[in-house]
Amino acid sequence: MEVNRRAFLVDSGWWLLLTGAAALAWQHVEAGTPEAAPNYTTTDHWWAMILDIEKCIGCGNCVRACTLENDVPREPGCYRTWVERYQVDPADREHPRVDSPDGASEGFPEITDRPVDRLKIFFVPKLCNHCAHSPCVQVCPIGATFESPDGVVLVDTARCLGCRYCVQACPYGCRFINPRTHTAEKCTLCYHRITRGLTTACCEACPTGARQLADLKNPDDPIHEFLRTHTVNVLKPQMATGSKAYYNGLDGVVR
Amino acid sequence: MPGVDGFIYPNEIELQWSVLIVLYPFITGLVAGAFILASLERVFNVEAVRPTYRLALLTALAFLLVAPLPLQMHLGHPERSFQMYLTPHRASAMAMFGFVYLWYLMVVLLLEIWFDYRRDLVLAWRASTGLKRRLYGVLALGSDNISPASLRLDDRLGRIVTIVGIPSAFLLHGYVGFIFGSVKANPWWSTPLMPIVFLFSAIVSGIALVMLLYVASCWLRRVPVDMICLDTIARYLFYAFLIDFSLEMLDLLHRIYEADESFRALDFMVKTRLFTSQIVLQIVVGTLVPLGLLALVQVRRMSARARRAIYVVAGVLTLVGIFAMRWNVVIGGQLFSKSFLGYTTYKMEFATREGLLPAILVMILPFVILVALVRLLPPWPDRAEVHEG
Repeated sequence: MEVNRRAFLVDSGWWLLLTGAAALAWQHVEAGTPEAAPNYTTTDHWWAMILDIEKCIGCGNCVRACTLENDVPREPGCYRTWVERYQVDPADREHPRVDSPDGASEGFPEITDRPVDRLKIFFVPKLCNHCAHSPCVQVCPIGATFESPDGVVLVDTARCLGCRYCVQACPYGCRFINPRTHTAEKCTLCYHRITRGLTTACCEACPTGARQLADLKNPDDPIHEFLRTHTVNVLKPQMATGSKAYYNGLDGVVR
Repeated sequence: MPGVDGFIYPNEIELQWSVLIVLYPFITGLVAGAFILASLERVFNVEAVRPTYRLALLTALAFLLVAPLPLQMHLGHPERSFQMYLTPHRASAMAMFGFVYLWYLMVVLLLEIWFDYRRDLVLAWRASTGLKRRLYGVLALGSDNISPASLRLDDRLGRIVTIVGIPSAFLLHGYVGFIFGSVKANPWWSTPLMPIVFLFSAIVSGIALVMLLYVASCWLRRVPVDMICLDTIARYLFYAFLIDFSLEMLDLLHRIYEADESFRALDFMVKTRLFTSQIVLQIVVGTLVPLGLLALVQVRRMSARARRAIYVVAGVLTLVGIFAMRWNVVIGGQLFSKSFLGYTTYKMEFATREGLLPAILVMILPFVILVALVRLLPPWPDRAEVHEG
């Protein structure tokens, strides 16, 4: 059986071309139409959050509000936001005692086993840091998780494979697999709310204003003044993820 | 919280990657190692290992066919995995798996096996009847030209494929190492040594597996073991193992000496939860003992029978050690919290999708495929003649 070299090359060329075209077409079909959000232009915003440790009282309101607003599964290991309590003994700063019972959704039990007046005790609210250079986005094999043009890291649950690589890649433990959908889940910064001019559920529910949604692209946003006048840090700065969760009064022992 | 010591982030309760993901680097490692052993004969003309050439290729194929299975079983949405081919995310190390895999399967292994077996396939096609005749006809891709000129061409092409195949085998497993080594969030994984360590441990495990399979096949076929072949393979196993062990010890030494912020947590983990699998199984039973046994054969004169027994014991222990190494990387890397303040436990289930039972079945499957392949494409020339008659 003789195959003409020219015919072979032309045929394989067509196949290669058609496979590429089919992939592009399929991508287009899958993408669908973006949900209409009138009066909202993604490129006009760059979202961030301020978390003021000096104001957090560990009540867990934010955790409860998030669970209700976003229908977060009430199972162990499923938290879009949570609060940690640090107990630091000044004589032994390397070994802080930390707890976060049920993500602090019911607050914290009283400390009875050690003298609290000898300790530094504070609460650290946590959520997705909406990093500008997210390791979770980098590792997703099909781009199901992405950074939106307004600086929010989101997951397309219709595409997510559930490979869990993003969960491994997040240095802050912000991701989990939703046991109902078997896809990766995390804080969306209440994207459905902020694109309608509202704040996030956790910020709204916080009784002390320890959480503040901020828009870095808005010149009138108080965040600019806040960042200028306060000692602010991000979690694990050595990870260089471009984290946009800015903590005021963050103790160096916090991980 | 049961199974948890200290503080872990609330979302870290569940381990993300189970025993199935332990099998993934273990299996791809066996593939890469078996192929590299086969290439020794073909590219570097190590005539002594010729009896294992075809067996090594078939072993690589049998395991490569199974390699994506544990990944597929682990996915939350296996039906979407094809998306990796259509819309791969170029920044993702994992996205390349499909392409590296297909390249290795289609361009390297299948081609090399086909060129090597083409003459046998045509002869079997001519000699058989009925369904079998049709099968061999399809496998020969309808071409029955076995003129000396075309066989010479086969040989030349096969050689080129092998030369392309060696860097491909390095790529396949080095790449698997990169999937882990590039996760900066995890200090247990994040080291540029990871791909190299994975590669050398792959070579070690593949050589050990083919060595054991060769001895087993001789025993089953009641033919004498070619001791020159076995001695040569064992020597290569010894050398590869030395490099592998040195690299792993370098990694360990570096961690201990540098003692960065993660060290205390990792050190505690190795001394407690990973003690059995890391210190006992991986380092002592799975590395030092087989290395010692293989070294003993190099320096002492021994009977063929004794050497054979030592090789078998060393081979089995090597596989145990490399499996333990994969376990310690994958599972060990998830036992400590990224807060470095606590530890969790891996609770392996039995008859669930990611439990022990499916893992055992996944490990048995390549051997079943190998038996089928050996029946179809006998790797030993004498048997092939008998088969055709």
